[in-house]
Amino acid sequence: MGTTGFVFDERYLQHQTFNGHPECAERLTAIMDGLTGAGLLDDLVQIAAEPANQRWIETVHNIHYIMKFEEACMWGLPDFEHQDNSICRDSYNTALLAVGGVLKAIDAVMKDEVKNAFCAVRPPGHHAEANQAMGFCYFNNVAIGARYLQQQYSVEKVCIIDFDVHHGNGTQHIFDTDNSVFYYSIHEHPSFAYPGTGREFETGFSTGEGYTKNSPILPGRGDDEYRERLLTDLVPTFKEFGPDAVLLSAGFDAHENDLMSGTNLSTEGYEFINDTIFDLVSSSTGGRVVSVLEGGYNLQILPLLVANHIRKMMAL
Amino acid sequence: MFVTEMMKTDLVAITPETSLAEAKELMEKGNFRHLPVVDADGKLVGIVTDRDMRDAHPSSLLDDESYQKTLDKVLKHTIGEIMTAKPITVAPYYTLQDTLLIIGKKKVGALPVVDEEGYLKGIMSTRDLLRAFVNIMGIEEPGTLLCILVDEQPGQLKKIVDIAAEENVSLGSVLVARDWDKEKRAIFPYLLTNNVISIKKKLLALGYELLDPMQWYLDQSPKKE
Repeated sequence: MGTTGFVFDERYLQHQTFNGHPECAERLTAIMDGLTGAGLLDDLVQIAAEPANQRWIETVHNIHYIMKFEEACMWGLPDFEHQDNSICRDSYNTALLAVGGVLKAIDAVMKDEVKNAFCAVRPPGHHAEANQAMGFCYFNNVAIGARYLQQQYSVEKVCIIDFDVHHGNGTQHIFDTDNSVFYYSIHEHPSFAYPGTGREFETGFSTGEGYTKNSPILPGRGDDEYRERLLTDLVPTFKEFGPDAVLLSAGFDAHENDLMSGTNLSTEGYEFINDTIFDLVSSSTGGRVVSVLEGGYNLQILPLLVANHIRKMMAL
Repeated sequence: MFVTEMMKTDLVAITPETSLAEAKELMEKGNFRHLPVVDADGKLVGIVTDRDMRDAHPSSLLDDESYQKTLDKVLKHTIGEIMTAKPITVAPYYTLQDTLLIIGKKKVGALPVVDEEGYLKGIMSTRDLLRAFVNIMGIEEPGTLLCILVDEQPGQLKKIVDIAAEENVSLGSVLVARDWDKEKRAIFPYLLTNNVISIKKKLLALGYELLDPMQWYLDQSPKKE
């Protein structure tokens, strides 16, 4: 059994969203309680987070956008660029710390201190565009992680697998023309679910053509459709790309108990996602993978799904 | 929505004297399927479509030499000889609904828009209609589609809109399907947010049934006898 790293920091709770907002600090406390209760926490290698250096944020985000976000928090504005993106004075620092946690996890994996790592961070990242906050996301944690892998560790080919129930528009657009980052997303069909992108015909542009793959799932289709699409869409394209490193945008909001979506994925369906992805990971990068929390809003089911996910990582 | 808000106004127009060669080049360069034809004053006299052009072309089954020879001859002819004179037109005050019905009924691909004096003001194609519908449905902005089953009685939509307003969420569009079952209607609000949980909870608390939108499509799809 390999060692699995784990990123969590009390300061992730300081990003306070308005009362009743689904992306709330309680998500992480629920995950921590769940992992403690499951007896998993002691077997994980704790990785300390540090705020990311701004130069890494700038590998993905426009400097003016970064400053605008910092300013909005400093002014104490209630939200940033859309009412969905609820903020407080600490949101900017928390977002820097979320990115920093992912970068630390990448360090630990690349330096062989752990085999793989899960990052229980917030705010989430995959909707964040280079110059726009969207869908509770400010800095695109995984996208910055991919650039970090390439620039800090000279990793050539990075694959990002996104199984959040929403399409990761930000991640897709950031790497639209990039053939060194393959983006795969499986999500609820854009005609029904936020943000309305991620159709099958979105496959990348110019040099990046063919390096984006989307599997939209119609509402209510659940486990069967997920199984089929993962096997027919993800497995062959992943193998063909042959990544040197893998990052996961791990969203747990496709579950049938999560009111955020209508895909009706079961707990077993999530296990199938885990098994499929980790099979690919162990055959390509020898089990090295960094998984980053995105969505998941049902506080009863989220800790269970995260625990199952981490258990599979520990077995790699 | 009026045609003036949807039509294309940066027009390339030709005259009846324009040669087929010139019209062909304009169509290919601009990726146009229709070219309006105007007189010297700018009044509409006809329309020529890519289909008219194809009809005028020599058969592609001819051998290269005869094809080229015939083509050279054909391209010297003028648009006036092949255009549809006095085409179906619409006025600037026509609405989206008007053009939808006219295009469907007359089976044309584009409608020139002319004012009362007959001057060409724009052209409204099926492509422009599609663009208008993307706008009407609000789907260029990120959002979430709900499907709510309500009783067939007045005031239902108000309650739904009130909840969206309480949650400070904007609406991209609202579609209503009447052919659900006798006493029910299906309402599809497109909410410009990712944050639908509290809205869903409030709707459920009011006793509304939240449908899986896919179920609605399946129930609407033709049944096997």
